[in-house]
Amino acid sequence: MVEPIIKIRDLHTQYGDKKVLKGINLDIYPYETFVILGRSGCGKSTLLRHLIGLQKPTQGYIYIKDNNFVTASEKEKNDILKNIGMLFQSSALFNSMTVGDNVALPLREHTPQPDSTIKIMTRMKLGLVGLSGFENFMPAELSGGMKKRAALARALAMDPEILFCDEPSAGLDPIVAVGIDNLILKLKKAFKMTIVVVTHELESVFVIADRIALLHEGEFIFVGTKDEMRRSEVPVVRQFLQRAPDEDDMDKDKFLNSLIGG
Amino acid sequence: MKKTFEKAGQGFVEFTVHLARISSLSVRSLFWIFIAPFRGKKLRWHLTFVQMVRIGVNSVLIVGIISFCVGLIIAMQAAYQLERFGASIYVADLVGVSMTRELGPLITAIVIAGRSGSAIAAEIGTMKVAEEIDALETMALNPIGYLIVPRTLAMIIVLPCLTVLADLIGITGGFVLAVVNLKLPFIAYFNQTADAILFKDFITGLIKSFFFAIIIAQIGAYQGFSVTGGAEGVGKSTTASVVSSIFLIIFADLLFTMLFYSTL
Ligand SMILES: Nc1ncnc2c1ncn2[C@@H]1O[C@H](COP(=O)(O)OP(=O)(O)O)[C@@H](O)[C@H]1O
Ligand SMILES: [Mg+2]
Repeated sequence: MVEPIIKIRDLHTQYGDKKVLKGINLDIYPYETFVILGRSGCGKSTLLRHLIGLQKPTQGYIYIKDNNFVTASEKEKNDILKNIGMLFQSSALFNSMTVGDNVALPLREHTPQPDSTIKIMTRMKLGLVGLSGFENFMPAELSGGMKKRAALARALAMDPEILFCDEPSAGLDPIVAVGIDNLILKLKKAFKMTIVVVTHELESVFVIADRIALLHEGEFIFVGTKDEMRRSEVPVVRQFLQRAPDEDDMDKDKFLNSLIGG
Repeated sequence: MKKTFEKAGQGFVEFTVHLARISSLSVRSLFWIFIAPFRGKKLRWHLTFVQMVRIGVNSVLIVGIISFCVGLIIAMQAAYQLERFGASIYVADLVGVSMTRELGPLITAIVIAGRSGSAIAAEIGTMKVAEEIDALETMALNPIGYLIVPRTLAMIIVLPCLTVLADLIGITGGFVLAVVNLKLPFIAYFNQTADAILFKDFITGLIKSFFFAIIIAQIGAYQGFSVTGGAEGVGKSTTASVVSSIFLIIFADLLFTMLFYSTL
């Protein structure tokens, strides 16, 4: 039996009186692509912020590679973080630096490599996400999709073992969004990496996920594979699967077929 | 009436909380600057240098012009009173001592608080809003070490330098008035100034400007970090940074002047 790389135990969070997460348990295994699905405002970003140590939960534990991330000291935390890449919902590129410097920053700060090596590594990472030749651009000169790609290159700079993505395709037009999904697929194949994606977009889930969890009212009401999700009889899961057709004015069977690719 | 008191009480509590947080931030920043380097944490001199240019080099002109004007102003005010006693030569003492002990450090600090303290608040606030600070932390980079320390260090180096400049130009302002308007002999005025300014006047001014530098950088950074809610929040914090750092500068100036007045 493989040990989980991320273990979440009885995680609670509240903002003031408002309970956002109500006792979450989850195991994520090495090298899987795990998607956490949920409606906007259900607490997905909050959960990710706990997972990368930006915010302490009200109660509960998170273990990353058997280190307790909630109680870790600053130094222990930083050691864990060097193995983690994070793609923020807003990309969060440093706007005062060029794209190349953005990607190079973690390498410059955490590795002893000379600048010439770092330049080459930066170019490689940018090539990987399809942004070769953009190292001297400023983030403001990039489109939304390119910013996401650049941010992804920066998240990958240190060759992390775990990659977290917060809504990678939100706010992008459908074609660009598919491009980002495909990029994540490509990374999944090319690297031995655990990928955790948080999203509310059903379309991309079925493309990239190995396993899916559905977050609803502060709890995971479903955890399983894509097929298990399609077959699930849990009402909220069914409702979630059927939500998109309402908006798209498409009928349910057609929509499910399109997801399966039939 | 009761409400007024309640409001005042609340304001005081908030003020104390802010002050406590700023002090804690300052202690951590100063730890990073003065102690951490001896424990194997390197200071980021390349970032500090960029900030020194921004704060220092780009402020030379404005600081120069303002302190020249202030020098002229004190010289005129002094002359207005001293001429009646036929003691115009003492304009040199008044201008020299008040520039070095008081106005050089103070004027420079206020100009830099308005110009660079607000820029620090705006820059860090914008980064906060755009999740750039979060991104730094997830890259295992400490925002204090990476953002605040270079700015504080640059401020500590640059502000005393600008103060020396302001002292010199302010005294020159007095000089111009004395020679052109009061028709005092150049050499006499020069000697009078040289005699009037003691080394300690000059040093107390520089000690003040060292602390003013810490106040400006820390308030700017603190206000930047406490931004919430988008561009509007950045604007509010920027304004707050100028108001509160000028307030604290004047207050600190009062304390130091009391200290130096009674001891030195
Ligand atoms: N700093 C905060 N203070 C108070 N409430 C917050 C804060 N951050 C998020 N929330 C609330 O918590 C809920 C979950 O937010 P979030 O995790 O951003 O959701 P998601 O990413 O799934 O859209 C939302 O209802 C939001 O209003
Ligand atoms: Mg979110």
